Amino acid sequence: MSTVLPDQLGHFGRFGGRFMPEALIAPLDELTQAWRSAMADPEFTGEFDRMLREWAGVPSLLYDATRLSEVAGARILLKREDLNHTGAHKVRNALGQALLTKRMGKPRVIAETGAGQHGVATATACAYLDLECVVYMGEVDTQRQSLNVARMKLLGAEVIPVTSGSRTLKDAINEALRDWVASVDKTHYLLGTAAGAHPFPAMVRDFVRGIGDEARAQSLELLGKLPDAAVASVGGGSNAIGLFAAFIPDADVKLYGIEPGGDGFETGRHAATITAGQVGVLHGARSFLLQDEDGQTIESHSISAGLDYPGVGPEHSWLAETKRATYRPVTDADAMEAFRLLSRTEGIIPAIESAHAVAGALEIAEELGPDATILVNLSGRGDKDMDTASSWFGLIDGETGHE
Amino acid sequence: MSEMVALGKAGTAIRKANDEGRAGLVGYLPAGYPSYEGGVDAIKALVDGGVDVLEIGLPYSDPVMDGPAIQRAAEAALAGGFRVKDLLRTVEEIAAYSDVPVLVMTYWNPIERYGVDRWATDFAGVGGAGLITPDLIPEEAAEWIAAADKNELDKVFLVSPSSTDERIRLTTSACRGFVYATAVMGVTGVRETASDLAAPLVARTKAATGLPVGVGIGVSNAEQAAAIGAFTDAVIVGSAFVKRLLDGEGPAGVRSLTESLAEGVRREPSAAAGR
Ligand SMILES: Cc1ncc(COP(=O)(O)O)c(C=O)c1O
Repeated sequence: MSTVLPDQLGHFGRFGGRFMPEALIAPLDELTQAWRSAMADPEFTGEFDRMLREWAGVPSLLYDATRLSEVAGARILLKREDLNHTGAHKVRNALGQALLTKRMGKPRVIAETGAGQHGVATATACAYLDLECVVYMGEVDTQRQSLNVARMKLLGAEVIPVTSGSRTLKDAINEALRDWVASVDKTHYLLGTAAGAHPFPAMVRDFVRGIGDEARAQSLELLGKLPDAAVASVGGGSNAIGLFAAFIPDADVKLYGIEPGGDGFETGRHAATITAGQVGVLHGARSFLLQDEDGQTIESHSISAGLDYPGVGPEHSWLAETKRATYRPVTDADAMEAFRLLSRTEGIIPAIESAHAVAGALEIAEELGPDATILVNLSGRGDKDMDTASSWFGLIDGETGHE
Repeated sequence: MSEMVALGKAGTAIRKANDEGRAGLVGYLPAGYPSYEGGVDAIKALVDGGVDVLEIGLPYSDPVMDGPAIQRAAEAALAGGFRVKDLLRTVEEIAAYSDVPVLVMTYWNPIERYGVDRWATDFAGVGGAGLITPDLIPEEAAEWIAAADKNELDKVFLVSPSSTDERIRLTTSACRGFVYATAVMGVTGVRETASDLAAPLVARTKAATGLPVGVGIGVSNAEQAAAIGAFTDAVIVGSAFVKRLLDGEGPAGVRSLTESLAEGVRREPSAAAGR
């Protein structure tokens, strides 16, 4: 019975749990109950599946990337989450939690966002399900991602720039939590990744686990067997746990989480939380954490806004500690190289987050050899990243970029 | 367990005030603001103005329970290079300065990072009385509870208007010193009117425990202190002191507010009613 994770209090081994103000504990208990009863109710799960199918474009394709495979030297399969509505895996979680919000009878949703991807997914789901939506976004990010701010506003959401702390994603989460403590009666906090206090890591996993469930069935259909490895990028950990969940019992399938290596792990300017290897408590859970000697959170660095977070979901810490999954960093430069490679070989411009997974897969392909089949979660599309890519590669007249 | 044991240091000080027919006054300031020395002087001003229990905040990078005033002070302290060892130094200086029990209010990660056992030993060693832990619930606190018990430190957990009676029982049974009742659903900050959630919460908490109950969050003046002191054992004031410092009033401003609040908790009708 102890094989069912997390336990009643949300622990994955020594990770997870609830490090939250008492004011939120009873509401988290209510949320846990509402979520469990929803998942046991065929009407809810049927409605979720129907909306995913009819509105969000799920199941996403499994694509045999033959030209990329030639370059990689192993067979690469891409799980095309970039083709989902709003362009990323995030819509699965946003829709699931928005539907649960409706079921709980709460009229208002709050969310945090870094790049704006989760904010857009949430604003979209809230428009679809007629929920009031407020998105907290670090002031620095509202300036870096003004187009996504416009998208959220068009969808009817209110975007609140956060000016405290480092003015980025972790501070947006702080501010959303502050709102939630005061508004929890009528408000659901639609957290955007598989992190935070119980039940969020398990709940988000279960809303996104369709990625791996579908990919597992699609692999069996395409190959007649399972892939040798499954690879995903790790920010907070939702797209990775969404891919891994189905394969965790398949001991022969190697699991790889690709962390943002920023300027290079050795430079200290990165967001490779698990690779850095220090355990701490942030945003409600015990997990690996970038922190200084005093336990103060350290600012992370990554070219990818969606991966630029100093924490990570607790189930990944558990998978790392038990060695069921392997986590390794990929630098900004290698991720951008993979970004261009996928664009040029397959005509697919990936999200920079997803480009990290592709870069990781290229390394893993070398290690596993030509007979290997590697499943990669292409978690999102790259439209949102064209500014970054343009300046990185010098694509706009007069700019010089990396070659 | 006898109540003498569970009262610990902070509870004993609060009961002493209650024996005088008034609520105790608990004063909060973060360490390290506006500077190391300035912080120590401001905390001494709380003592000089007449608090019964001190609560010193450890500045933390992600203070999710705090409103703008305490956030600003904490950010400034950290930007000024404040370290955990400076907190221990502050506690040591204050403990040498007076007999008022010194609690530290801290988010959990810095303690976990320091090492829970090592923290309890070092903190007790410099004269600290206990911890208030706003993001630690008893279910996650086994290590802290063991270390606190070993070092006879107070363990102050929080109850909230949203806590079920069952949770209030669980939480109060893990406390030593007093029980911290957050009177509003929301973060720290000065509020105009006392919350109508406070009195029912205090009543529910008192039904579960013989420990003193302190009410915090929002109190800023003598009238509010008198009103809340009428139905609870201790009045906790924080952001109002921090605001004095943010406004540049320094230790003198802290002291005059403390004196005014100390007068508030002594106003008739006596606070005995709710106890
Ligand atoms: C396309 C895409 N992939 C990955 C991530 C990283 O988040 P997570 O680790 O939760 O999947 C994001 C976050 O914004 C994203 O937009």
